[in-house]
Amino acid sequence: MSSSSDIAISVRGLGKAYTIAHTQAKHTTAAEALMSRLRRPLQRSETETFWALKDVSFDVRRGDVVGIIGRNGAGKSTLLKVLSRITEPTTGEIDLYGRVGSLLEVGTGFHPELTGRENIFLNGAILGMRKSEIQRQFDAIVDFAGVEQFLDTPVKRYSSGMYVRLAFAVAAHLRSEILVVDEVLAVGDAEFQKKCLGKMKDVASGGRTVLFVSHNLGAIRSLCRTALVVSNGELTLEADAEEACRTYLHEMQTTPQELDSPSVVRSGTGEMRLTGIQLLSQDAEVSQVSGGDDVVFAFAYKNSGTQKHAQLLLTCYDQQDTALFHLRRDIAAYAKEGEVGNGVVHCQIRRLPLNIGRYRLAVALQDPAGQNLDHVSNAFSFDVVSCHFYNNGQTPDPRYSPFLVEHQFTDGRNDSGSRK
Amino acid sequence: MSEATATIEHRTPHLTIRPSRGWSPINLRELWMFRDLLLVLAGRDVKLRYRQTALGAIWVILQPLMAAGIFAVVFGKVAKLPSDGVPYFLFAYAGQLGWGVFSGTLSKSSLSLVGNAHLVSKIYFPRLVLPLSTTLGVLLDFAVALGMMVVLMALYHVRPHAGLLLLPVWMVLILMLSLGLGLIAAALTVSYRDIQHILPVIIPFIMYASPVAYSMQAVPASLKPFFLVNPMSGLLEAFRWSLLGTGHLRPDFLGYSAAAAVLVFFFGAFSFRKMERKFADVI
Repeated sequence: MSSSSDIAISVRGLGKAYTIAHTQAKHTTAAEALMSRLRRPLQRSETETFWALKDVSFDVRRGDVVGIIGRNGAGKSTLLKVLSRITEPTTGEIDLYGRVGSLLEVGTGFHPELTGRENIFLNGAILGMRKSEIQRQFDAIVDFAGVEQFLDTPVKRYSSGMYVRLAFAVAAHLRSEILVVDEVLAVGDAEFQKKCLGKMKDVASGGRTVLFVSHNLGAIRSLCRTALVVSNGELTLEADAEEACRTYLHEMQTTPQELDSPSVVRSGTGEMRLTGIQLLSQDAEVSQVSGGDDVVFAFAYKNSGTQKHAQLLLTCYDQQDTALFHLRRDIAAYAKEGEVGNGVVHCQIRRLPLNIGRYRLAVALQDPAGQNLDHVSNAFSFDVVSCHFYNNGQTPDPRYSPFLVEHQFTDGRNDSGSRK
Repeated sequence: MSEATATIEHRTPHLTIRPSRGWSPINLRELWMFRDLLLVLAGRDVKLRYRQTALGAIWVILQPLMAAGIFAVVFGKVAKLPSDGVPYFLFAYAGQLGWGVFSGTLSKSSLSLVGNAHLVSKIYFPRLVLPLSTTLGVLLDFAVALGMMVVLMALYHVRPHAGLLLLPVWMVLILMLSLGLGLIAAALTVSYRDIQHILPVIIPFIMYASPVAYSMQAVPASLKPFFLVNPMSGLLEAFRWSLLGTGHLRPDFLGYSAAAAVLVFFFGAFSFRKMERKFADVI
C-alpha cells in the first residue's frame, strides 16, 4: 500500500445485490417461513436478484471534493451506504485511508424528548465523535445553530428551522478525514441552505476528502472539482463537475425515470403498466422544484393487454404519509389484440401549492370497473426546495402550512351602524 | 521521542471493506472505540425511561419490592413454602434481584435493534453497541435495587457472609446467559417481529420454572432434574446463597449452569455477528 499515499478512497469492482422475494414467497412471520419450508423443504423461495450497484470502480485523491449525481434509484444512496459501512458490498473491495464520517441524513438519532444539549452529545456520539471532541466543539456548534437560549429545552418544542439548524451544526463539526454527505442541503429554508453550502465549502477547502451526493447541480458545480454520474447502478462517467452536470442533464431529458424494472414494488393485474414518470419544469426534467413553480408530471404507460379505456389516478403524500391531494383522469388506452399500446399523459399543475419538503406520488391505472391494472405506491418522489408562491420572499413554517393557498387580505371597515 | 509523535500524526487509519463470509470474530478494539456511544445511548434510555412518570426512578426499587411482596404472600403465607430460615419477603426479594438482571437484559436487548432501526439504517457503528447499551441500563437498575437489598438485610438483621465475594461471578454468568439469548432474539427480531410477541410469554414462563419465588428445596425430588436443566436454577440458587446463605452450592449443577451460560453467550455473540450484515437491508 505504499503507492496509495495520496489516495483516500479506492473502489474496485464494487457490486451490491439485493434479493427481492416475490410477493407469494415473502415471509414476514417466523411461522409462515417455517410452514412453507415444511411444505416444500427443497424448493428455494422464488427470488430475483437486483443489482443496485454493478462493477463500480473509482479512486478519490486525498483532499478532493467529488460529487455524485444520478437520478432517484440510480444507486447513489446505495453507494454511500456501502462506503459508510452501513451495508456490506456483495462483490468488490473498498480501501479507505482515513476515518470516515457519514451524513446520510440530518439529525440521525435526535430524540424529541431530549434537550438540545443532550441531543448534541447523542447525535455527536452517533456520528462517531468522542465525548471530548464534542465538548471541545460544543460552543462552536451552539453558535453555528444559534440556539443558545434553548439549549435546555426539549427539541420537540423547537421550530423545524431550529431543529434542522442544530442537527446540521453537529454534523458540520464532524472532524473526519473523509466525509460522505447525502442531500444534506435539501433541508431548511433558502437562507440556511446558503449557510450550509458555505460551511461545506469551508470543509472542502480544509483539505478533507468529501463525497457529496446531491440533486442540486448548482451545489455540485460550486463545491466539487470532479463528479461521478451513476445510472442504473453503474458508473457511467467520471469527469470534471461541469461536464458531468451537462451529461446528467442531457440524460435526464432524454430518458424517463425507470418504472419498469423488477425492483419496483407494484400490484395489479399487469395488463397495463406505468413505465416512467417525469417531473418537468419549463420543459426540462427536474427532481426538485420550488413552491409556486408551474410544473408538469408526465406519466408514460404501456398497454400489453386489450384495455381500451382506463383511468390514471395519482395521490400525493407528504413525508408523514398524509395524503395531500388526489387527481384522476380518463385515458383512452388503445391497443389492438396482440399489440402493445404505449402512451403518455401529462398533468399540469400551475403554481404548485406545496411548501418545502419531500413528496411522494402513488400512481395507479384502473380499468372502468375500478380494478387495479397497475399500482405503484412509491412511484415517484420529488423535493420542493424553496418557495416563491407568495411573492413576498417569505416561506411559511411547513409545520403550520404544508400547502399554500391563494389568498388576498383587504382592510374592510366595520360599517354596520356607523353609516350615515 | 519526536520521531514517535511524527509517525502517529502521519498514520492514517486504513480500512478495507469487502464482502465477508462465514463467522467473523468480535472486534473488541472497535467496540472500545465506540465506548462513548455506548454510554450516551445507555444514558439516553435511562433519561427517557421515567420521563412523565410521577414516581420517576423510585420505580426501580418499587418494582422488585412489589414483586417480592406478592411472592411473600402467595408462596410464603398461602402455599407455606420453606424459605431456608430467612424471612420470605427477603428471600423473594433476593431472588427477584437476580431474576431482574436476567429478564431485563433479555427483554431490553432483544428490542434494541428494532427500537433503533432509524440508526441501524442510517449510520455505521458496531451493532453490538445497541444491546450492550441496554445492558448497562439494566446494571444501573441492579445497582439501585442492590442498595435496597442492603437496607432490607439491615432491617431483618441478616449478616452477610463470605459467600458474598462470589456474587460478581454469578452476576457475570447471569449476564452472559441473558445477553447471549438477547443477542439471538435481537438479531432474529430484525427479520421476524414474532419474537417480540413471544418473549413476553416465554420470560414469565422461565421465571416460574426458576427458583425466583421459591427455593429448590421446595421442588419435589422427582421433578428436580427437570428444573436443573434450566441453567438459571443453579445460578439463582448460588446468587441467593451469596446474599443470604440459603441453600447449598452444588458444584456439579453450578458447573453445568456456568458452562451453559458461557456457551450461550458465545453462540449468541457469533450468531449476532453473522446476521448483522443483513440488518441494514432488512430492518
